[in-house]
Amino acid sequence: MAETTFTIDEMPIPFTPGQTILEAAKAAGIYIPHLCYHPELKAHGGCKMCTVLVNGRPQTACTQKAAAGQEVDVDTPELNAMRRTLVQMLFIEGNHFCPGCEKSGACQLQALGYEYEMLTPHFVELYPERKVDASHPDVLIEFNRCVLCELCVRASRDIDHKEVFGIAGRGRDAHLVVNSPTGKLGDSALAVTDRAVQVCPVGAIIVKRVGFAAAPIGERIYDKSPISAEVDVNESSEAR
Amino acid sequence: MSTAGQEKVKVRLATTSLAGCFGCHMSFLDIDERLFELAEIAEFDRSPLTDIKHCGPCDIALIEGGVCNTDNVHVVRELRANAKILVAVGACAINGGLPALRNKLDVNAILTQVYRDPKTGEPCVPNSPELPLPLDMVYPVNEIVRVDYSLPGCPPSGDAIWKFLTDLILGRMPRLDYSLLNYD
Repeated sequence: MAETTFTIDEMPIPFTPGQTILEAAKAAGIYIPHLCYHPELKAHGGCKMCTVLVNGRPQTACTQKAAAGQEVDVDTPELNAMRRTLVQMLFIEGNHFCPGCEKSGACQLQALGYEYEMLTPHFVELYPERKVDASHPDVLIEFNRCVLCELCVRASRDIDHKEVFGIAGRGRDAHLVVNSPTGKLGDSALAVTDRAVQVCPVGAIIVKRVGFAAAPIGERIYDKSPISAEVDVNESSEAR
Repeated sequence: MSTAGQEKVKVRLATTSLAGCFGCHMSFLDIDERLFELAEIAEFDRSPLTDIKHCGPCDIALIEGGVCNTDNVHVVRELRANAKILVAVGACAINGGLPALRNKLDVNAILTQVYRDPKTGEPCVPNSPELPLPLDMVYPVNEIVRVDYSLPGCPPSGDAIWKFLTDLILGRMPRLDYSLLNYD
C-alpha cells in the first residue's frame, strides 16, 4: 500500500510506476491545471500551469513521475495565485481579444482565467505586432493568440509525421513558424484533418468557414462547466 | 427617534463611457427594476444618465471604454481624483478591447487614409480645436490611473454588474460566480 501511493493535498493517490503526477491525478479524478499538456503527446513542461509542490519543491506535474510517499500540494492559495499570474502574463503577451475570437467559450486559456478568477490581465499590455496567415485554403493561423504551448509542433511531428510547425527565436522573441519554402501555411504539408489543427488549446489555429457556428453563447464548453470539471478521459476540449 | 425628514446619506456613483460602445451602460440599464432599488441607496454624479459634465466627490466611479484621446485622459484623472473606488468595467476599459485593434497601426497613417480635404481631395487630418488629440494607442484604464477593481465582460451582464455593485456598496469584496464571469 505505502509503496504505490503518494498524497495530493493530503489525500492518498494510487499510481502505477512510470505515471506522472498529472496522469495519476487525472486517473483519480483530481484536477491539475495545464495548457501545454495533452494525453496523446509527450509532455513538454513549458507552460508551468501544472506546477505543484512536490515535498515542498516546485515541479511540473506533467513531467514529474509519481513516487511512493511523495507529498504533493496542488490546490493551495499560493499556487493558485501563481497560476493566475501566469494566465495574466500570457494574456498581455499576445493580443487576446476574447469578444472577437471564434474559440471563445472553448478556449483553455480563457477557461483558466475563469478558473483562477482573473478579472484583469493586470500587467502592462505588450500589444505585439503579429500577422495572420490565411494562405491555407482550410486553416488559418492567428499568431496574435498563440501561447507557444507547442502542442501543434508536437502533434505535427509525432502524430501527423509532417513537422509543419516549429518555434523560432528565444525568450520574448520566441514565435511559432511554419515549415514551408515560403514560411506560409498554404505552402506547407498541413491538411485540415491533421491532429495538429485540432490540438490548439486557444484560438491560434482555426478551421476556416466554421466561425462562431460551433456553439451559441451559453452552450459552449466552458459556459456550462469550468475547466476544472474536466478530469479523466472525458476531456471534451481535448477529445475533439 | 424618527428618521423621517432626515435625508439618508446615499452612495454617490459616477459613470462614464470613453473609447467604448456604450454597451456596458446599456448592460447597466439591464438591471431593470433593480434600478429602483439602486435609486433608494444611490444617486448619480457625473454620468451619461444625468448629463452632469464634471464629477464631484463620489464613492464609486464606473469607467467603460479604453483611453484613446487626451479628453479621455482628463476624464479618468478627474474620476480618479474624486472617486473613492474606481472600477474598470468591460473589455475595453480592462485591456483596450476592440478599439485597441488600432494599436498596431500608425495614427497618422490611419488619419491620412480616412480623411480627405473636401475641396482638394487630398489627405487632410482634422484639426479643429474642439477635437481632442488622439493618443498613439488605446490604453487600458489601469495604464493611465490606478484602478481598484475590474469587472470583465463584453459587456458584463446586468446580473454581473448588479452583483459587483451591491457587493461594493455593502462593503464586501466583490466576487463573481462562475456563470457571471465572462471575457466576452
